[in-house]
Amino acid sequence: MSDPSGAQTILPPEGPRPENGSPAKGRHMAATPGSTQQGVEKRPKQARAGKADTSKVLAVPKGRTGAARILLGRDAVMIYVLLVVVIYASIVIPRFASPVTVGFLLLDVIPTLLIALPMTLVIISGEIDLSVASIAGLTSALMGVLWQGGMNIGLVLVICVLAGLAAGAFNGVLIAYLGLPSLAVTIGTLALFRGLALVVIGDNAVANFPPGLTAFFTSKIGGTGIPTVMVGVVVLIIAFAVVLHFTPFGRGLFALGYSKEAATFVGIDVARSKFLLYLATGTVSALAGIYWTLRYSSARSDNASGLELAVIAAVLLGGVSIFGGKGSIPGVLAGVLLIGTINYALKLDRVSEVVLIIVTGSLLIISVVAPNIASAIKQARHSRRVRTAPLP
Amino acid sequence: MSLDSKSAAPAHTTPGHGRPSALGSFLKLRELPVVLALVVLVAVTAAINPLFLSAQGIKDLLLNATILMILAVGQTLVIITRNVDLSVGSILGLVAFGTGSIFVAAPNLPIVAVFVLGMLFGAALGALNGLLITIAKVPALVITLGTLYIFRGISNAWAGGTQYFAGDRPDAFGNLSVDTFLGFPVITLIAVVVVAIVAVYMLGTRPGRDLYAIGSEPDAARLFGIPVQRRVLLAFVVNGLLAGLAGVLYASRFNSVGATTGSGLELDVVAAAVVGGVAIFGGSGTVFGAAIGALLLTTITSALTALRVDKFWQQAIVGILILAAVVIDRIASVRSARKLRIAEARNV
Repeated sequence: MSDPSGAQTILPPEGPRPENGSPAKGRHMAATPGSTQQGVEKRPKQARAGKADTSKVLAVPKGRTGAARILLGRDAVMIYVLLVVVIYASIVIPRFASPVTVGFLLLDVIPTLLIALPMTLVIISGEIDLSVASIAGLTSALMGVLWQGGMNIGLVLVICVLAGLAAGAFNGVLIAYLGLPSLAVTIGTLALFRGLALVVIGDNAVANFPPGLTAFFTSKIGGTGIPTVMVGVVVLIIAFAVVLHFTPFGRGLFALGYSKEAATFVGIDVARSKFLLYLATGTVSALAGIYWTLRYSSARSDNASGLELAVIAAVLLGGVSIFGGKGSIPGVLAGVLLIGTINYALKLDRVSEVVLIIVTGSLLIISVVAPNIASAIKQARHSRRVRTAPLP
Repeated sequence: MSLDSKSAAPAHTTPGHGRPSALGSFLKLRELPVVLALVVLVAVTAAINPLFLSAQGIKDLLLNATILMILAVGQTLVIITRNVDLSVGSILGLVAFGTGSIFVAAPNLPIVAVFVLGMLFGAALGALNGLLITIAKVPALVITLGTLYIFRGISNAWAGGTQYFAGDRPDAFGNLSVDTFLGFPVITLIAVVVVAIVAVYMLGTRPGRDLYAIGSEPDAARLFGIPVQRRVLLAFVVNGLLAGLAGVLYASRFNSVGATTGSGLELDVVAAAVVGGVAIFGGSGTVFGAAIGALLLTTITSALTALRVDKFWQQAIVGILILAAVVIDRIASVRSARKLRIAEARNV
């Protein structure tokens, strides 16, 4: 049971954690010979002087604290970037700052936004789920066939959500209880669920959903341009944010992402936590599938295909570490909205939609490379200073 | 504790501890399940529909598998080092379209030169991935997900709505995927040669073995003195090179190349490697296994068609196959871990 998880937990220390003050410093100490020597020479002095007030030394906080920590953190930077882009686009691009923009932007972004929520939790816990878009496609196909078969639409929706739950449970059992690697399993279920969608609906497309329902899914709240569905999405966002940031279960996910063994020792039920996460991704993916079907008023087997990579890109751009243990819901929201806004703004500016994916890719790479380069420069400067400084 | 009883019991049941028998080690090969699955699949299909193994049938099977095979071999190198390259589909697309453009721009260029150019182009793209990953020390999954989009975006911008068709290429180039040598299509022979070269490299050379060491324990590999960064970069460059080769062959094999050529291929490639017994977390698996995995995945599609199974079931069956491969791999690793534990307990 512990074997592949062992292989996986070796990964985190490999990963760069630039924002984490102490590990970076530790690595730096080991890396530069000058500094280790200095450390050795300094140690006895420090021990002699600081024997009386050890507690005080321990209490000195490392890194930023208080308001600075929130205002200068990764999430805050993402939100600033988002704001700058929105303001810049409103000034430069005509027709950007209008309720129509808000409406279409949000309608476009909702599927990614929905799936990004559970995906954040999954990636923070050190796993991944590539099958989300296929679950959405399967739900969509199921919805089309059941509705065409003459079933009551309420019942259809319930069955679709249950199907998503079942698909998530399938992933969850394989990953959480059988201990299989999530990357490999969900590549398999990516093909499996998409294949089942094809089995269910084949080449057909179902479009004749009740007009009242499809109209509701594209309707706006008054003149604000905000889609009515956003209310439900916001409720989900708050629910996920509270679960991740303010419940023992959610805090346990961070522990899980850092070290599975440590998490087990502090009493976290690792298998159960993971299983619940996959239930959540399955269910929310089903909701996204239902949304997709009603928004475009079309149930097809290839609905939402390829969405999994877009979701993961947005989540990682939002500051979630692919190794787990780091990330937040506000950051991910900013990431999703940033990609959505830039794409929409450039589309208004007549940049071809297919070329726009360059922006998504570049943003993703810059967001992970930039902090590392910054910390590397800082480290190089520091070690040069240490090397040139006269030994005491 | 229970350690004693565990180690004592199997001690009597496994007497041949010193040297594993040839048969035993053959049965433990990671590639065995996938080879067996392939043989059973082909045998059953041929028994029901004899046309499946006609000369033309075999030729089609091999042609379909060729490109995925080359990509899976390259991906194996990367996965063995505990990385992954999701951008191969986009690299293939760029190179395939580039090949089409070269033939239009310079129709008289020798075909060999086109191959070299395509492979160099692929290697350059792979090197970009590798450099970003090794210099900036960023996880490969993130970087190659980014370059998947960037490369695809570039080919969208470059190609626009343009498509190059078979008529735009010299006949000799197109004939590579039509002509056969001893019953094998020429491009398949190229793939087989590639598999053989890379397999020998991975089995018998220092850098090849280093890749396994890096994948099974990067820290230990570093302490041991292996130039980890350089080897990982090498894996990505070779992978890009092979994706470039696959791109050129794609242009030869298929009638048209355009902006969307090869999109979505990356997960098939990773799936082929996983089915072929390459562990997703690095350190084990062989190039040969991955090639057979690719052959199995493409053969299933043809076999299901030959068996007149509803074509909509094909993808679901591929999914089940991948899951089965993962489960088999898991069982094998649990068993070998248990065996190791017992061996260690006895040595103490």
